[in-house]
Amino acid sequence: MKIIVCIKQVPARDAPLRIAESGGWIKEADISFEMNEPDGFALEEALRLKEKHGGEVVALSMGPERVKATIKEALAKGAERGIHVLDDNFFALDPLASARSMAVAIRKESPDLVLTGLQSDDHGFGQSGVLLAELLGLPHATIIMSIEAVDGRMKLKRELEAGWFQWVELPLPALLSIQSGINKPRYATLKGIMAAKKKEIATIARAGLGVASDPTQKVERIYVPQKSKKTEIIGGTAKEAAGKLIEKLRFEARVL
Amino acid sequence: MKILVIAEQRSGQWNKVSFETLAAAQQIAAQADGRLAAAVVGKGVATLADELAAKKLDEVLLVEHDLLADYTPDGFSLALKQVIEQTKPDLVLLPHTYQVRDFAPKLAASLGKGMIGDCTGVRHEGGNLVFVRQMFQGRTAADVTFAGAAPWFATFQAGAFRADLVAEGAGKAPVKSLAVELKPEQIRTRPLELFREAKQAVDLTQAAVIVAIGRGIKEPANIPLAEKLAKLMGGELAASRPICDEGWLPMDRQIGSSGQTVAPKLYLALGISGAIQHVVGMKGSRTIVAINKDSNAPIFEVADYGIVGDIFEIIPALTEALEKSKD
Repeated sequence: MKIIVCIKQVPARDAPLRIAESGGWIKEADISFEMNEPDGFALEEALRLKEKHGGEVVALSMGPERVKATIKEALAKGAERGIHVLDDNFFALDPLASARSMAVAIRKESPDLVLTGLQSDDHGFGQSGVLLAELLGLPHATIIMSIEAVDGRMKLKRELEAGWFQWVELPLPALLSIQSGINKPRYATLKGIMAAKKKEIATIARAGLGVASDPTQKVERIYVPQKSKKTEIIGGTAKEAAGKLIEKLRFEARVL
Repeated sequence: MKILVIAEQRSGQWNKVSFETLAAAQQIAAQADGRLAAAVVGKGVATLADELAAKKLDEVLLVEHDLLADYTPDGFSLALKQVIEQTKPDLVLLPHTYQVRDFAPKLAASLGKGMIGDCTGVRHEGGNLVFVRQMFQGRTAADVTFAGAAPWFATFQAGAFRADLVAEGAGKAPVKSLAVELKPEQIRTRPLELFREAKQAVDLTQAAVIVAIGRGIKEPANIPLAEKLAKLMGGELAASRPICDEGWLPMDRQIGSSGQTVAPKLYLALGISGAIQHVVGMKGSRTIVAINKDSNAPIFEVADYGIVGDIFEIIPALTEALEKSKD
């Protein structure tokens, strides 16, 4: 089974975010980046499917030069090779334009299965998987909590809302968006990190893919959200703050 | 402006978020002198269409087919593509549910269009509609506008608008049946049975006080600290998704879009950053307390009281103060 996993690199979870002067993105200069956590679950699922059924896992990521570090991390965890769709202005693409670009790169590989995470921790569009399925002409299912592959078909457990689930079947090739928490992603071993150094990362310039970037939407500006409530911040030492909070909950809010 | 709302039902039951989106659509229609239609998709859903026709809108579209009895992304996007081609709306609005996430981007892309997803608000500005959505897990907001020609697609987050503000119509709106063509071979996924996991052992929706933990709790060995505090407050222990994903607490104690939605009189969030997926499940609580070491954590945006500090110092201090006052 040939599996392509789409992986995004995003600002580290605890990175301090400062908004760029242009207003549409953050200052990237002094923050660190990491693999988008939801995509880590998709990568792990791909590796497990390969270990069970044979085949290869290809890690695909789009973005500037720095995303190579995230592809290398996927290779260190066990992916066979990487594809880097290079674009310095990836952050400004809308979901459809980025999916169209990835679709061109994926189509050349004719995979049996394409996996994505649920959504990214930066833009949080949550559309890439479903868009790719449409653009690649593949059947899809999202928010997947378990995968069984049997004779060219997959039986999947989809999470619905409010504690409900559903079994769904679909034929291969297909695209699946994986729900976070489906598995426990592995750590890269030292051996894996060494082995990754010899693995191939093919770089494709997005500009050369022939994808028109006529945007369907534009992020005008990003900003620190206005508070919907007035929050009373309670200061002092831990002991003082705890005492004051309990007093306020008892006598002001009257909820204790 | 012609606006189309796609309402969601499953097995003849409304997904209530549909009415929040309808409320948003009514507001946009009122300001933009718009014509508002709402569609209901399925099989044997005429009574739901009739119910919708009592609301203030210009038309209800009833889209029924044998192959729409059970939801599939292929069936729903193919059917709605035909509805959009026949009725030519400028703006298509949907509730941001798990089902909508599963098909709406596909529907928009099949028409060569884009979608602004998971919006928390919308406003008119210089003749344009400006949609507001969150980025960076709620740490920033973004103003987003459509580019290119209609139809434009947008989805609204649960809780962004109030369903109780949906205006009733003066009379019944006409219900129009729209025929769509679908063939069995076009539907590639096979939906099988719906089920719930093991019975919910705890019903958090009934709890008056909830003490919830997030990533800040760091390891399972620290959970008894929060558990003790919950007990002293007469409340239940709950968590954000990552804690349940790790298996540190059972899934039935998860608060948020994939867990339970609660509105206790007191919600104490310990080491929870406040990603939107969590906040939608608890923002209706009467009093919200957030304790987090990061003063910029989005959880403080919905909190009534906040303490910026180390939960491992503050939880024991709270416990001690409560124990003392009980003596």
